[in-house]
Amino acid sequence: MKLLVCISKTPDTTAKIAFKEDNTQFDENGVQFILNPYDEWYALVRALEIKEQLGGSVTVINVGGPSNDVVIRKALAIGADDAVRVNTEAIGSDVVAANIAAYARENDFDIIFSGKETIDFNSSEVGAMIAEHLDLPFISYASHLDHDGTTATIARDIEGGVEVVEVSGSFVLSAAKGLAEQRIPNMRGIMMAKRKPLNVIDPVVVESKMDIVSYSLPPVKEGVKMIDPENMDELVRLLHEEAKVV
Amino acid sequence: MSVLVLAESPKGKLKKAAFEVVHYGFKAAQELGGSCIALVIGSADEVSQLGKYGASKVIHVPEDRGGMDSATYTDMIAQVVERESIHTVVVNHSSTGKAIAGRLSVRLDTGIASQVNTVPQKSDQGITVGRPVFSGKAFAKYLIKGDRRVLSLMGNAMAPQEVGAACPVEEVSLQVPTPRVIIKETKTVDGVVPLPEAELVVSAGRGMKGPENWGIIEELADVIGATTACSRPVADSGWRPHHEHVGQTGVAIRPNLYIAIGISGAIQHLAGVNSSKCIVVINKDPEAPFFKAADYGVCADLFDVVPRLTAAFKKFKAL
Ligand SMILES: Cc1cc2nc3c(=O)[nH]c(=O)nc-3n(C[C@H](O)[C@H](O)[C@H](O)COP(=O)(O)OP(=O)(O)OC[C@H]3O[C@@H](n4cnc5c(N)ncnc54)[C@H](O)[C@@H]3O)c2cc1C
Repeated sequence: MKLLVCISKTPDTTAKIAFKEDNTQFDENGVQFILNPYDEWYALVRALEIKEQLGGSVTVINVGGPSNDVVIRKALAIGADDAVRVNTEAIGSDVVAANIAAYARENDFDIIFSGKETIDFNSSEVGAMIAEHLDLPFISYASHLDHDGTTATIARDIEGGVEVVEVSGSFVLSAAKGLAEQRIPNMRGIMMAKRKPLNVIDPVVVESKMDIVSYSLPPVKEGVKMIDPENMDELVRLLHEEAKVV
Repeated sequence: MSVLVLAESPKGKLKKAAFEVVHYGFKAAQELGGSCIALVIGSADEVSQLGKYGASKVIHVPEDRGGMDSATYTDMIAQVVERESIHTVVVNHSSTGKAIAGRLSVRLDTGIASQVNTVPQKSDQGITVGRPVFSGKAFAKYLIKGDRRVLSLMGNAMAPQEVGAACPVEEVSLQVPTPRVIIKETKTVDGVVPLPEAELVVSAGRGMKGPENWGIIEELADVIGATTACSRPVADSGWRPHHEHVGQTGVAIRPNLYIAIGISGAIQHLAGVNSSKCIVVINKDPEAPFFKAADYGVCADLFDVVPRLTAAFKKFKAL
């Protein structure tokens, strides 16, 4: 099995979200960056498990500048065999997907994994885009994957439940919670990661059809109204008359 | 040139999400030109009713959904886009919509914005449209260049309003490629509104002490017809099923009412729930960060307060 895992770099979940340049750019000052949790915890780990079961190799791919090498090394420390970085800023999902697809087209992977979304832009777009570029089936929000070497049985999350699907041949999936359990890299993994190949390649597409014009922060809440715990009738009245939600 | 919206009909029924996307398409057409055409794929009842929410026409492809996959859907939508000369395609940001939107944007060679929550506006280079980013911690205004684009609409972002009457329905049969993803089984819980669509949500956290105490949560939810949710450690400890986990790494929701019980309000939890219209927090710790994000707070032991709140709702419902 030749497996490709798309990995992305995102601000840490506790990062303070602030903007600069007149609210046109995300302020990276003091922000810690991490591997996108869906890519790390679920996509990468399930790919490693499939390799352990059926043999083969796990390549991770990232679109971004040299500062991304830190999170790429982490993926190698967790167990990926080698890494590819497409050397261009990930300015839009279209640029990311086109570059990953171009690499994948030359390298014939059996399964391409992505996370269900990144925790910064939450778009859920890249996996589906790669699948279309390569004319492959796409299974979104996979929370369970079994593979017997020819056919994959996958449960994908849908509203209020799951849909169990079957697919043969190569495909793209996006990983959701449940697909695997997070693995913490050990010392040996971290040492080995330093010697694993990280190939930097040139992009094929650099212009996006999308651009962010401006950012804004949500309006601050007016302040909480505290209700006497003995008087829940009052809370219900407020929810009905003031908030008008019941 | 018109707007095309995909109105989903799971199990043959048009649901709220379908009315939302139609009404959004109607508003988008007012801004960008043309009318709103609704596409319904698979069996569905009373599709002409979509006219009430702003569709000028419904294109109904009655082929059954069984065996459909994102590629098949993409193919059908792309055919309709060419036939009807469409400038904007809108789908719901649902499990189906998310699987299609990215794919369709590549097929049509257009830009895309997902999870939009404002009506698009014309601009020199294309359109602008707003959407939450950083898991709801901020908003971004996107420019999508070009004269065509694909959008996915965030759930509960557009209240469907009646603006007209039933509209004409065109039954169409389309050539589709054989699906490569075969659906074997669909397992859904009946009778409960799925979290992403729920208007009322009762959510509980580690303050509950253990899974055996969830009876009071379920009773409260039952009385007001709410869907239950939980914090991440609760799902990770197996106290509640994973699909109930809300937050930055769980389901992001936007109900009208979110009642948070015994949840501290960690930043990752707030990220997925803070766009709820009204938030009630029940916590015994006056310093719990969640109170800062709440509209109404009750500072007390949840084991006392929740049954009392349930009783108050029962009394209110009986009036
Ligand atoms: C990368 C990352 C991603 C994460 N993603 C998510 C996510 O998506 N969703 C999520 O929820 N969390 C997420 N977390 C975890 C998050 O940081 C918090 O740990 C978690 O939300 C805490 O859950 P809790 O509020 O149920 O528990 P606690 O923080 O333990 O809070 C329990 C609360 O219950 C109150 N309480 C206790 N007993 C009572 C009582 N008898 N009556 C009233 N109140 C009582 C306490 O005062 C306390 O405020 C994430 C963490 C990381 C690092």
